[in-house]
Amino acid sequence: MNSKFIPPAGQISEINGKCISLVGDDIDTDRIIPARFLKCVNFDSLGKSVFDDDRKALQGNHPFDMVSNKDASILIVNSNFGCGSSREHAPQALMRWGIQAIIGESFADIFYSNCIAIGIPCFTLSKKSINIIQKFIEKNKNLFFNIDLVESYASSTNLNFKLEIKETSRKMFLSGEWDTTSKLMDNSYLIEKKLNNLPYIKFNSNF
Amino acid sequence: MSQDTLFDKVWELHKVASLPGGSDQIFIGLHLIHEVTSPQAFGALKDKNLKVKFPNRTVATVDHIVPTDNQSRPFKDNLAEQMIDTLEKNCLEHKIKFFNIGSGKQGIVHVVAPELGLTQPGMTIACGDSHTSTHGAFGAIAFGIGTSQVRDILASQTIAMNKLKVRQIWCENQLSNGIYAKDLVLHIINYLGVKAGVGYAYEFAGPAISALSMEERMTICNMSIEGGARCGYINPDEITFNYIKDRLCSPQNENWDKAIKWWESLQSNENSIYDDVVKIDASKVEPTVTWGITPGQSIGINQKIPSLREIHANDQFIAGEAYEYMGFKPGQPIKDTPIDVCFIGSCTNGRISDLRVAAKVLGEHKIAKNVKAFVVPGSEKVAKEAKDEGLDKIFLNAGFQWRDPGCSMCLAMNSDKLVGNQVSASSSNRNFKGRQGSPSGRTLLMSPAMVAAAAINGKVSDVRDFLKNE
Repeated sequence: MNSKFIPPAGQISEINGKCISLVGDDIDTDRIIPARFLKCVNFDSLGKSVFDDDRKALQGNHPFDMVSNKDASILIVNSNFGCGSSREHAPQALMRWGIQAIIGESFADIFYSNCIAIGIPCFTLSKKSINIIQKFIEKNKNLFFNIDLVESYASSTNLNFKLEIKETSRKMFLSGEWDTTSKLMDNSYLIEKKLNNLPYIKFNSNF
Repeated sequence: MSQDTLFDKVWELHKVASLPGGSDQIFIGLHLIHEVTSPQAFGALKDKNLKVKFPNRTVATVDHIVPTDNQSRPFKDNLAEQMIDTLEKNCLEHKIKFFNIGSGKQGIVHVVAPELGLTQPGMTIACGDSHTSTHGAFGAIAFGIGTSQVRDILASQTIAMNKLKVRQIWCENQLSNGIYAKDLVLHIINYLGVKAGVGYAYEFAGPAISALSMEERMTICNMSIEGGARCGYINPDEITFNYIKDRLCSPQNENWDKAIKWWESLQSNENSIYDDVVKIDASKVEPTVTWGITPGQSIGINQKIPSLREIHANDQFIAGEAYEYMGFKPGQPIKDTPIDVCFIGSCTNGRISDLRVAAKVLGEHKIAKNVKAFVVPGSEKVAKEAKDEGLDKIFLNAGFQWRDPGCSMCLAMNSDKLVGNQVSASSSNRNFKGRQGSPSGRTLLMSPAMVAAAAINGKVSDVRDFLKNE
């Protein structure tokens, strides 16, 4: 786990880091961060609790506890990662543990948008390619990827992959507009116009 | 690409702008908040020195962390108290309407908004909770969001989002006696899989859907997200309009007629084009029970837990994990599986009709020894209605505990938790590992009627055996 957490900001065009592999389909956000850790009014202390139940069950043998994965920042996962609850606490916990990008077979919708909203690019690759990466990590322990968002490309001395990412997300990272609030507020005039033109605003006097 | 469906019409109506990256800026007509996913959003507003743009378009209640045995303040759990206190302060500071405990309007956010008439057709509705899809039952476009998007809605009443594709799930024929909306939606999720809905909104339609009450429709749309679809909806009709009429926040007098006219204009019709259509035969649905650790791992009450060979290659890894975690063997029947805890409640099945159905199954029966059973009404209004009808007496007489409203053991953020590897029969929505509060706890999802039957027999049972003499 990284000792000092600095949230991402501005344009994100490149991520360099060590890969950590987590094998399994349909890993839900309750597993990423069990509900008891949601009793908080900020996200600050979530990093240490990521995968708490799974890690306790594996008694030190969970990927997030292995010494070889120390300081890893690129998470390799399988299919439907992040399904279930919409809790942003899940990507926040991963980010505070040290994860800066995720490459997987597929992601659940809400988890994916939460990742984008906090500055974690999520890329997809075929099942076959993910298996190649996961087997490589299992055997060699160390895999360092340079991820280039301009080319959507992950490269290393051993393995190279053309990554898939939603074009809207890729553009947002390159422009720095993934931090959406101010961009949305720029359209203040259009928002007010929209409010006044919605039929139900007119016929609902009670709220 | 879909065209002229209700989803397309509502999306276009709420589109504020196309954003430079290519996503749409969507206006959110109704924003619901609760104590778990909002504090960090208010914190972010404070950090950026921003105000809530339209305070009267956001409504708050408290549900996830509330105790169900003693709701007097301060809560025994300091962290829970801190969370409700933070929500109270944020709502006061930003002039947001808050339905607090004791107001008569508190409850699970997805139970409260419909019963107050806040949820209406044609709206966009968002909440920092994945089961926001529930509100789609009214022909609204409703979906769960994360805390950063809660912040964006508070600040701008809009979010950035890519338009979803639309899959129609056409449910032919009718459900048989003793089969409920919960069985149908579990069946659909099993058939399509837990990730088929990624990138889609689900439109539930067909004779079996049209015949459902509003509360049953909410059960269906609630679990869209368990099939991967963050949004599920049903076209509004007479049943929808009759439910909304004369509720606290529904359109009144001459506005009512205008509203109906507009709502009818939103319906998908013969000209609608879908990205995909799937057909389901509702008459084939059996009382359905989950055996694994995803809501897609379910079988009919008389079926056996499938072997790896019977499971699609893509689902075999999670099936292997499920056998191990649940301690079940392939080929084992689900019927007669011993149950330790029975839970009736949640945003899926904690409404008055759910309680009525379960109470009817219970009748004069007593629950089995060694079973702990409890009912958590979905809202203060549900609790009051149930008491007025004497349902609380039926549950108490049977040996159930009668609790105060909240999310309770659906996600176990309060003190209602499984212990060790207990098995629960639960009317909730998720059977994930550790979901109900114990890292080794095991959840079998089923309809409230099936939970009542399991409570009586102390094991998974076919509720139709209790309905035979009707």
